[in-house]
Amino acid sequence: MANHDEDAIQDAGEEALREPEGASEIIETDYEIGQDNITPKIGPFGLDIHNPVFAISGIVVVAFVIVTLAFQDQVGPALGAMRAFLTSSFDWFFLMAGNIFVLVCLGILVSPLGKVRIGGVDATPDYSYLGWFSMLFAAGMGIGLMFFGVLEPAYYFATPWGDQPLSRDLGIVDGVLMDPAAVEAARLTAMAGTIYHWGLHPWAIYAVVALSLALFAYNKGLPLTVRSIFYPIFGERIWGWPGHIIDILAVFATLFGLATSLGFGAQQASAGIGYVFGIEGINDTVTFSVILIAGITGLALISVLRGLDGGVKRLSELNMILAIILLCFVIIVGPTMLLVSQFFGNVGAYFSEIFALSNPIGRDDDGYRQGWTAFYWAWWISWSPFVGMFIARVSRGRTVREFLTCVLLIPTIVSAIWMTAFGGTAIDQMINHVTDSAVFGFVIDSYVPELSLFGMLSELPLASITSVVGIVLVIVFFVTSSDSGSLVIDTITAGGKINAPVSQRIFWVIFEGLVAAALLLGGGLVALQAASVSTGLPFAIVLLFACYALVKGLMDEPR
Amino acid sequence: MYRKVIFPVDLTHIDQLTRALQTAIDLALHYKAEICFVGVSGTAPSALARTPQEYESKLAGFADEQGKAHGLKSSAKACISHDPSIDTDKTLLAAIAELGGDLVVMQTHTPQALDYIWAGHGDTIAVHSKASVFLVR
Repeated sequence: MANHDEDAIQDAGEEALREPEGASEIIETDYEIGQDNITPKIGPFGLDIHNPVFAISGIVVVAFVIVTLAFQDQVGPALGAMRAFLTSSFDWFFLMAGNIFVLVCLGILVSPLGKVRIGGVDATPDYSYLGWFSMLFAAGMGIGLMFFGVLEPAYYFATPWGDQPLSRDLGIVDGVLMDPAAVEAARLTAMAGTIYHWGLHPWAIYAVVALSLALFAYNKGLPLTVRSIFYPIFGERIWGWPGHIIDILAVFATLFGLATSLGFGAQQASAGIGYVFGIEGINDTVTFSVILIAGITGLALISVLRGLDGGVKRLSELNMILAIILLCFVIIVGPTMLLVSQFFGNVGAYFSEIFALSNPIGRDDDGYRQGWTAFYWAWWISWSPFVGMFIARVSRGRTVREFLTCVLLIPTIVSAIWMTAFGGTAIDQMINHVTDSAVFGFVIDSYVPELSLFGMLSELPLASITSVVGIVLVIVFFVTSSDSGSLVIDTITAGGKINAPVSQRIFWVIFEGLVAAALLLGGGLVALQAASVSTGLPFAIVLLFACYALVKGLMDEPR
Repeated sequence: MYRKVIFPVDLTHIDQLTRALQTAIDLALHYKAEICFVGVSGTAPSALARTPQEYESKLAGFADEQGKAHGLKSSAKACISHDPSIDTDKTLLAAIAELGGDLVVMQTHTPQALDYIWAGHGDTIAVHSKASVFLVR
């Protein structure tokens, strides 16, 4: 044991005791990081928090939860209506903004700006490719791939609600399978429409935020907090209220995004446990979901206490391995050759349909464009401060080109592989068994989206084992999200300090669990999801300015 | 008896380290030992330094200043940690082992109930380091 500890310490030492790095273009400012912080002591716990940001974020969160619980009959429908209004009235704006983010990222990738290195010209990467990529995926969309991998392709293939991509023909209509040519066309459209939502566009949104944060912190020397991105626009005023508001909005979006996801995730996991172990009614009792939230929060707490390297990184690597095993299993025991051949066809369909799918005007597929795409774009954008900040934190030492390749291109390919395997197998099951397939039952017949993955796995061998692996993956992805989310919120509310007392991070991780549990018990998760998605619109505008700041910041850097 | 005294230092709170610093200097002078100042910093900008290079330079400057003021052989070791809130102890232990320090002098707080479940930096170093550790309250 002692030797083991020494080895671990030695490893940490080799990693930690690196040589410092070379030049970058530091921004001269009179602002001293932490100058607005206060250091109160609560019992034995010392705190180091940004004065208005921490207090206002905490008060706003508590007030919002109380109001949502007390007036859920009024607040829920109002927020739901606001979300519907935003996605139906501003769908063109979300789609256009998404396209701009992709173009900016691709432009930087192929331009000489791609040579800039995050952290200065001689900086060395903080993490290996495996550790880095695992964390990128765990933070970015791990949980979403589990939830939507089967649901979305199967849904678009046979939706009876008229919200398929580009209003194309379906593969199954009224429970009847169409002719082979129509089925193949519907399958390709379903896969292209799905990969579009999990490909270049969402990752470009994350990449813009992450790259901007990393650039302004590691190369420009500004605090690692969201407001720093806007220094080129606001100048020194960013240290005042404009900056406070940006940071508070970021905390708000992160905490509510995480709390609602934690709540829904607990419901999904409990539904999965009920289905796999045949426990009737477990899905209907919030008690079990609250116990799951407590368990996930407890695991996240342990992960927090083990730090970034010992906690999030290791869990992300574990999840990456489990996800690869599950993926390989589905490919091998599923229709292997079919999936392999479909992969290239799906990617081809994605690229050939991307212009039609991303066109913001003159379309008649309102259900898909507004109900799915605009909602997704708002959701990705509202999550971008959290995911972007976490990605920034672990990306020091990479060149911009390397960063964009690994944050934009590779995840798109991985998403395409994942969707091909899970969605392709599900659609194959629907083609072979039509209305008798479990996927058709859960996605089309009686809409139970949280069981779609388990439905697909139930028709493959070793379903009881793979379903448990699926549940473990969902839970561990939530642990990593909860841990990395509290890391991000803590950094923002500490004014960009990354060495604030651990007790603050513990406070946020517990607070997150409490907000999720309170909303699950009192109702209001859907309202909160609507609220956090609604932050997508102001953030989309903010991110367009961030694109300008990013390009300007990169142009000043030595290459 | 001692060849290298390690003094873990947080440059942002140098005013609170006076007693421990004096103790370390006195011991180094007494045993004609080298004194090495070890600091742990994150990669993100901080109030003290906006880049790791600036942090290293400030720590080296501090070590040089102390060495000249007291006629001691001094050195500095700047350690960069991914998560200094959590990994400071682990990073310090690795640095002490790597530098071959045989005496560690460090500032710590007066004992409190919380130490039973959440030990301070000094407690952890004293428990895990092979070097002798002198904790100054």
